[in-house]
Amino acid sequence: MHTETEQSELFARLVEIGSGSYGTIAGTGGGGGRAGGDREPEMLYDRHGVLVVRIGELAVKAHQPDRVYGRPFAQRVALAGTLPQVLAPLGPPLLLLDGHTVTVAPYGQPVDPLGRLPWAEGARLLATLHNTPVPMDAPSWGRPERVARVVARMDATDAPELVTAAAEVRRAFATLPAWVRGESAPPARSADDHLLHGDWHLGQMVRTRAGYWRLIDIEDLGRGDPAWDLARPAALYSAGVLAPADWEVFLDAYRAAGGAAVPADGDPWAALEMPARSLAVQIAATCVRTAREEDRPLDGAEEALIDTCRRISRMRDRA
Amino acid sequence: MHCPKCRGVMRTYNRSGVQIEQCDNCRGVFLDYGELEALGQMEAQYRAAPPPAAPAWGAPGGAVHHHHGGHHRPHHGGVFGMLFST
Repeated sequence: MHTETEQSELFARLVEIGSGSYGTIAGTGGGGGRAGGDREPEMLYDRHGVLVVRIGELAVKAHQPDRVYGRPFAQRVALAGTLPQVLAPLGPPLLLLDGHTVTVAPYGQPVDPLGRLPWAEGARLLATLHNTPVPMDAPSWGRPERVARVVARMDATDAPELVTAAAEVRRAFATLPAWVRGESAPPARSADDHLLHGDWHLGQMVRTRAGYWRLIDIEDLGRGDPAWDLARPAALYSAGVLAPADWEVFLDAYRAAGGAAVPADGDPWAALEMPARSLAVQIAATCVRTAREEDRPLDGAEEALIDTCRRISRMRDRA
Repeated sequence: MHCPKCRGVMRTYNRSGVQIEQCDNCRGVFLDYGELEALGQMEAQYRAAPPPAAPAWGAPGGAVHHHHGGHHRPHHGGVFGMLFST
């Protein structure tokens, strides 16, 4: 874990980077000179070792320390630079002496959870990304690593309700393919591969100063099956948490934009079922973990995800 | 009944409500009047069937409305995390 001192030192370091004469980043319309401005630095995100600080018109991010960066990450940053119509601009990664990888990007306005949610805009950005020819040197997306990680980290708990829920999640996890569970190699490079974001949700969208929606967070960007980018809304719709109307807006906009992850018409679930099932398990495991951390029972929507896990294992039992 | 082609014995089977006769010997199939049309009709219905709206493990229709009090707005509770974070 990170001590408070370490966190405040990192915060100070990010502020320093953001207000310093850090090089020009495409899209900011200028260099570091006016970057900091007079605004107080603002903490945008602080969870699981990831720190994002807003300094004026810049967002400075210290990436999750326990992940491997190096060459694939540099390739992802470079790849993002070739997709300005989809991804928010991002400066080259900096490696701090303490081992943190830091990137600087223009600040973008996040989605307002109380406003109209940009399902259609997100779907169109994903379709554009998926339909971009895959560059020869694009890193592999690999596998959905989070699901196995978060299932393993549900940890022991004393609350009987959470014990039952965690058991349901583990049973549903067991229905996933071995490569998704991290127990065998992910699928080999395929001619069907497309570019995908790899961890898409509404928190991965920002509106630029010019008013365009763009995707952020490129840690998972790479070559693979694009259906995984639709998996989260597909899972939440299937769990009865996301309203059918929202799902339809998303799927219709994706199809209208010619997105490659699902057939243009007909059944989208042949492509979406397994990724959606994996995300349902991942989200359910996250719910258990969060409830345990916050020492509270599951709320209605979280219960709906556990119920979904129960239906997933029942399907498998019947098969 | 005997097969008109090889004189083998024909057996009656029921396939999705349509009676067909199949030869035990050459596996040839005999259709009575109207049976080909009935099969064609079933095929057309199959093709016209709307694509499934959700996977087999999806929430049963309406369950959320009653059980969980309507679709959840993302600004409170667990739904915010589900929609807005990893």
